[in-house]
Amino acid sequence: MAFYLDFENKIKNIQEEIELAEIRKDDHAKAIFEKELDKVVEQTYSNLSAYQQLQLARHQDRPYAIDYVKLIMHDYHEIHGERTFRDDPAIVCYMGYIDEQKCVVIGEQKGRGTKNKLKRNFGMPHPEGYRKALRAVKLAEKFNLPVLMLIDTPGAYPGLGAEERGQSEAIARNLYELSDLGTTTISVVIGEGGSGGALAIGVADRLAMMRYSVFSVISPEGCAAILWNDPTKVETATKALKITAEDLKELDLIDDIIDEPLIGAHRDKNRAADAIKNYFLREVSALEKLSIDERLAKRYARLESIGRFQEDSKA
Amino acid sequence: MIFGDLLKKVKRERPSPKDAPKHWIKCKKCQAIMYYKEIAEKSFVCPKCDNHMRINAAQRIEMLTDAGSFEEHDANLKPIDPLSFVDKKSYKQRVEESVEKTGRHSAVISGSCTIGGISTELVVFDFDFMGGSLGSVEGEKIVRAVNRAIERRVGVVIVSASGGARMQESTFSLMQMAKTSAALRRLDKEKLPFISILTDPTFGGVSASFAMLGDIIIAEPGTIIGFAGARVIKQTIGAELPEGFQSAEFLVEHGLIDMVEHRKTLKSTVGNLLKIMSR
Repeated sequence: MAFYLDFENKIKNIQEEIELAEIRKDDHAKAIFEKELDKVVEQTYSNLSAYQQLQLARHQDRPYAIDYVKLIMHDYHEIHGERTFRDDPAIVCYMGYIDEQKCVVIGEQKGRGTKNKLKRNFGMPHPEGYRKALRAVKLAEKFNLPVLMLIDTPGAYPGLGAEERGQSEAIARNLYELSDLGTTTISVVIGEGGSGGALAIGVADRLAMMRYSVFSVISPEGCAAILWNDPTKVETATKALKITAEDLKELDLIDDIIDEPLIGAHRDKNRAADAIKNYFLREVSALEKLSIDERLAKRYARLESIGRFQEDSKA
Repeated sequence: MIFGDLLKKVKRERPSPKDAPKHWIKCKKCQAIMYYKEIAEKSFVCPKCDNHMRINAAQRIEMLTDAGSFEEHDANLKPIDPLSFVDKKSYKQRVEESVEKTGRHSAVISGSCTIGGISTELVVFDFDFMGGSLGSVEGEKIVRAVNRAIERRVGVVIVSASGGARMQESTFSLMQMAKTSAALRRLDKEKLPFISILTDPTFGGVSASFAMLGDIIIAEPGTIIGFAGARVIKQTIGAELPEGFQSAEFLVEHGLIDMVEHRKTLKSTVGNLLKIMSR
């Protein structure tokens, strides 16, 4: 059963009509409803509030990292573990192909259904997850494979074991190493980009976001609780934090917005997957026209330029 | 109403940092009341219970550097409000209040100095300025300090005291984590030393970036250090946290930092380590 958010109700009704028309084999009615659907999709999705986009980013039918891996990779193998403590199922790593391109794909993985959600810890990695990702990108560097990193997490896990094993250090180490990793790297926020836990696989030659993904320094819930001291101010906080792909592109904090279907990846997984695949292949081939030294210099210059402040003339 | 008035009165009567030197000071840990001057001479460490009291950036610089050696840089960088952020107060107003409180425009003071005779670049966080939060100005000052260090072929010392990234700058502040970490990677490639000193408290976006990347990481006794705050963790796991969780001593035990160093020996330790790691 597909799940619909309240503002998607019109779409739900029309999609049900289309299904009925299909059953009746009434092609004429189906064509009319399909036209109607396009119109309603355009109306519904071209003017979403930041909070509605947040809801889409967290939509339970939205494709997760493994869904995309299955759709865009072939002849692939999952690799496990950071060789020290345990394998973290909240981060998955693969070696394989996207079309002809050999590559490494890393993703933060939320689970679907209660059992899987628990197994994947709701997509909240422990330090060993970030260390596994680091191991995977080091392999990619060694064998000169481009890396695709799929970001989708509410945040790094705030727990006892996570602190004992150095959650901070694990995230910091990834920022440090990824800033200088000697291979081509592309990060894509596919759903929720929750703070440092997202950034830990978000330092790359290209940082892109799907149309309905979000990326923020703190969850809007956390922000409302801390700054407004009022958990009901989530919508206000969501807007103030400027977390949508459009906002962040406008602020020049990300490189690109990936052309996710207007109706959303949750209603058209295949086209969403194609959009990621095409972006990855196109950017890898563009980036690899430069030497690795040029790429690294650009990656660093980009990071160094981020920040807005005023510089007064010295007194 | 009566309670509210009382609260106002208490607030009014609390001396602001501008009234310093205060005559009397109370240790928050053991409640002992002591003469301010006496505590100042002991680097704000309680003589009764050894509690390391929070100190501001200026006091830290005085304590850690060779007398007269500190030369401040980049004091002309000021925060702007890139998102026109307003929560219960506007970001602009919060900045103004912090400027008034500290007399400075950012949560860090950075500059060149010598420590135990060794030239170094120093960055010190000031918790009094918006909880020592990491924003665009703080990130930029750190990167410039690293760049100066590379130019001068000296090491970097960063003294952290921060609640984490500054929410009012949203993703701009989040990205300072990547920016500062990338700069330190460059310092690393130049084989120049970075000593990270963690003081109470060091959390969130600061601990999850430069603060945990030191060649040597030192914490003051009793410092609380972590990624997530204790309250959030307690809520998440639905259980009590063990005694001493996230303390400096806890982090040493778990192999996450190198040492806990008493404030009275901190300067000599840093100076000596810099000397050992210098070419």
